[in-house]
Amino acid sequence: MLKNRIIPCLDVKNGRVVKGINFVGLKDAGDPVEQAKIYSDGGADEICFLDITASNENRDTIYDIVEKTSKKCFVPLTVGGGVRSVDDINKLLNCGADKVSINTAAVQNPEVVKESSKKFGSQCIVVAIDAKKNLDKWEIFTHGGRNNTGIDAIEFSKKMQDCGAGELLITSMDRDGTQVGYDTELMSKISLEVNIPTIASGGVGNLDHLVDGIKLGNASAVLAASIFHYGKHSVKEAKEYLDLKGIPVRI
Amino acid sequence: MNVTIVDYNSGNISSVINSFKEVAEDKVNVEVTSDLNKIKSSDKVILPGQGSFKSCVDALNNISGLVETLNEFAINNKKPLLGICVGLQMFADIGYEETETKGLSWISGKVSKIDNKNGKYKLPHIGWNEINIVKDSMIFKDIENNSHMYFVHSYEFIPEDKNVISATTDYSSNIVCSVEKENIFGTQFHPEKSDKIGLKIIDNFINL
Repeated sequence: MLKNRIIPCLDVKNGRVVKGINFVGLKDAGDPVEQAKIYSDGGADEICFLDITASNENRDTIYDIVEKTSKKCFVPLTVGGGVRSVDDINKLLNCGADKVSINTAAVQNPEVVKESSKKFGSQCIVVAIDAKKNLDKWEIFTHGGRNNTGIDAIEFSKKMQDCGAGELLITSMDRDGTQVGYDTELMSKISLEVNIPTIASGGVGNLDHLVDGIKLGNASAVLAASIFHYGKHSVKEAKEYLDLKGIPVRI
Repeated sequence: MNVTIVDYNSGNISSVINSFKEVAEDKVNVEVTSDLNKIKSSDKVILPGQGSFKSCVDALNNISGLVETLNEFAINNKKPLLGICVGLQMFADIGYEETETKGLSWISGKVSKIDNKNGKYKLPHIGWNEINIVKDSMIFKDIENNSHMYFVHSYEFIPEDKNVISATTDYSSNIVCSVEKENIFGTQFHPEKSDKIGLKIIDNFINL
């Protein structure tokens, strides 16, 4: 039986983890490689890096980190943030990323999704969708949530599936950072509309929210950042809790 | 000992390289190449593969003499070869991804799209799934039955002779996920991405 996945996400800025795990014995809490290794040793099903480096001159730091991490972590590694072109995707894959997530570029130029999934295979192309509720629909935001495009999130999800995306990473802008739980209504609407796996993101504050993402949101995988930070919950605890709630997980 | 990972522009193989280097340490020399002489002289060969069946077969054929060299290695000389993902799928006679494409015909059978039962199951089949080991295989030494492996694929290999199947996995149907025919081994899952247990399979192959 296929298991639901738990994916810890690390925000990386200028080559350093922005909000990290604060474990006793950790030599360098800002080192993404060390943090990723802790997650993979702790049973994370995949690792996700979100590069939030603002300036162009520090962009290359992510390549170095991906290269080092992929030599130590033997679970799938997804990298996103600032991915603009097929060439960017190629560079990340060559450094050892297994999947690349595309956000703004997928909205501005869907050809990037088409071309890259044809060139590298759908299995490594994740389209990241940032959506915010507006009356009775959800609209897509780009540029790290700053620009409203007015595009309908559900229609866009179907379009990305047709362009060859292998997975969709759905983040609710309303919930992101609030710790009140995923927008399971949005998640579920998209999950039921597309035939590719969906990953729920944005708003996790406790372990029940992970359960909701799968049971109510129909997501194949749940992504979370802050609940795994500062040792609030370990990935192992999260998995044991999901197991207790009858959700199939890899333990 | 020399182990060669065949680099034939089949997509992203960095994880395969990293995992073999991790397991091999200094005991084994891991080469990543499409050089025919190096392949011929190596002790073991890894045939990775990402993307579509057609794109991988085309990429193999694009390197002059590569298919002949692999045939000589695996079929005539019967040296150990491990195919991963589309690398395994190419053992078949024929694949139906994108368009009908001839495979290597090392193990009779076809590669067809996984039946998603009218959309009830998501494709690709992505994530960790348990393997049911149905035959003693050298690459499963010390691997417990029902261990989890990482999968990502939409097509499945359906061999004619069921005796070559060494493991299956349950998704929308019972899917062949590992084969063994004499010196030819293949996994549909990604041992290089399946954590410590996946590395153990790589170790088993290196130590055949």
